[in-house]
Amino acid sequence: MALVVVNDLHKSFGDLEVLKGIDLEIEAGEVVSIIGRSGSGKSTFLRCLNQLEHHDWGTIHLADQRLDGGAMSPGELSQNVGMVFQSFNLFPHKTVIENVMLAPVVVKQTPRAEARQVAEQMLDKVGMLEKIDAYPGQLSGGQQQRVAIARALAMQPKVLLCDEVTSALDPELVGEVLHVLESLAAEGMTLILVTHEMKFARDVSHRVVFMHHGHIHEAGDPQTLFTQPKTSELSQFIASIL
Amino acid sequence: MTDFTLWDIVRNLLLAGRWTVVLSLIAFAGGAFVGLMLTLLRMGGLWPIRWLVRLYVDLFQGTPLLMQLFLAYFGAAVLGFDISAWTAASVALTLFTSAFLCDIWRGCVEAVPSGQWQAARVLGLNYLQSMRHVILPQALRLAVPPTVGFSVQVIKGTALASVIGFVELTKAGTMLNNAAFAPFTIFALVALGYFILCYPLSRYARYLERKLYGAGSR
Repeated sequence: MALVVVNDLHKSFGDLEVLKGIDLEIEAGEVVSIIGRSGSGKSTFLRCLNQLEHHDWGTIHLADQRLDGGAMSPGELSQNVGMVFQSFNLFPHKTVIENVMLAPVVVKQTPRAEARQVAEQMLDKVGMLEKIDAYPGQLSGGQQQRVAIARALAMQPKVLLCDEVTSALDPELVGEVLHVLESLAAEGMTLILVTHEMKFARDVSHRVVFMHHGHIHEAGDPQTLFTQPKTSELSQFIASIL
Repeated sequence: MTDFTLWDIVRNLLLAGRWTVVLSLIAFAGGAFVGLMLTLLRMGGLWPIRWLVRLYVDLFQGTPLLMQLFLAYFGAAVLGFDISAWTAASVALTLFTSAFLCDIWRGCVEAVPSGQWQAARVLGLNYLQSMRHVILPQALRLAVPPTVGFSVQVIKGTALASVIGFVELTKAGTMLNNAAFAPFTIFALVALGYFILCYPLSRYARYLERKLYGAGSR
């Protein structure tokens, strides 16, 4: 049984139907990149996966457990699905270590000493251990995003969602964040990424999903998808970004 | 003219000035407490509650403080409560202050970027946890300058309590003038009294604002 099973997901904003029936299964340890034009519904889909948006129809299961429709509290959700945002959204009034420790202490009620240990471990993983007492405002975008990844990992989720995590970064800082994601993938973390980094999608992901007008238009392994697109929409999309 | 010396006048004004300070502190502390509760209700409550809070704020912002004082003092008497000028002034000023602070603070909470709510929510924090650990600490920073600035309005507002017979700085000035009849001197001194209380606060608010919006503070 797949780790994430999405069944017939529909979502509308008013009269605009953004998701028109998404079916997707993702295995544990799989890295899936979702690509597509803006407005294709890829970010909305990602936000449905951790219920930041509530879909109108369909179901989401994670490890055989129902995740949507209020079946999981926000606290439970956060221990199953982590998320990293385009704009980092670190808490500016807290230091790096406090950012990472907050949710384990407040939500999971982990003792502070233990939470600190986990936080240090995660910050080490993203190469931010030296900046433990810095405030987000003192860090570069790439460093902030790495802290944000550590913060999500500290809840020990089964899946990590990444919503265009390099789009707000200066080009020279993109590499360090992608490098962290690459090492997470190598460790067997399940990653679902909405991304514009086609090279990363091609080199690191196991599967690429092309969304178009609220549907999964085409999906498959990155090599085939990028070199032999089956549909004209995908080949146009690839041509437009290269 | 009279046997009042300048020192007599100043001494009496200073004595009455104490009550201006005490009433300001009561109004501000009470108003801050009620205002905080209202802010939380307005941000997180069900829609009928939010609507009621908004009505409350609009009501107190849309009517003169003088009428609120009259209503608190004489209205309570009509309803059969025999309340002192002290109680009436404290209640009216507390409610008045709470309405304005609620509005100021709501603005500050809303000024915290929505990404902060989302990040807290994704990490599993519920509404109160998000408020306490993520939103309020940031809103508080934003709120300090306008709150200190508003405290100046509260101090000046206490002058109106003189009309219901509460003896504070302004009322003492009126009473002294009735006896000594030196209106220019006396009311200049009364004004100076308010200025001495308010000016440091205004300066402090301005200083805080500069500090908050100064370079490199985010």
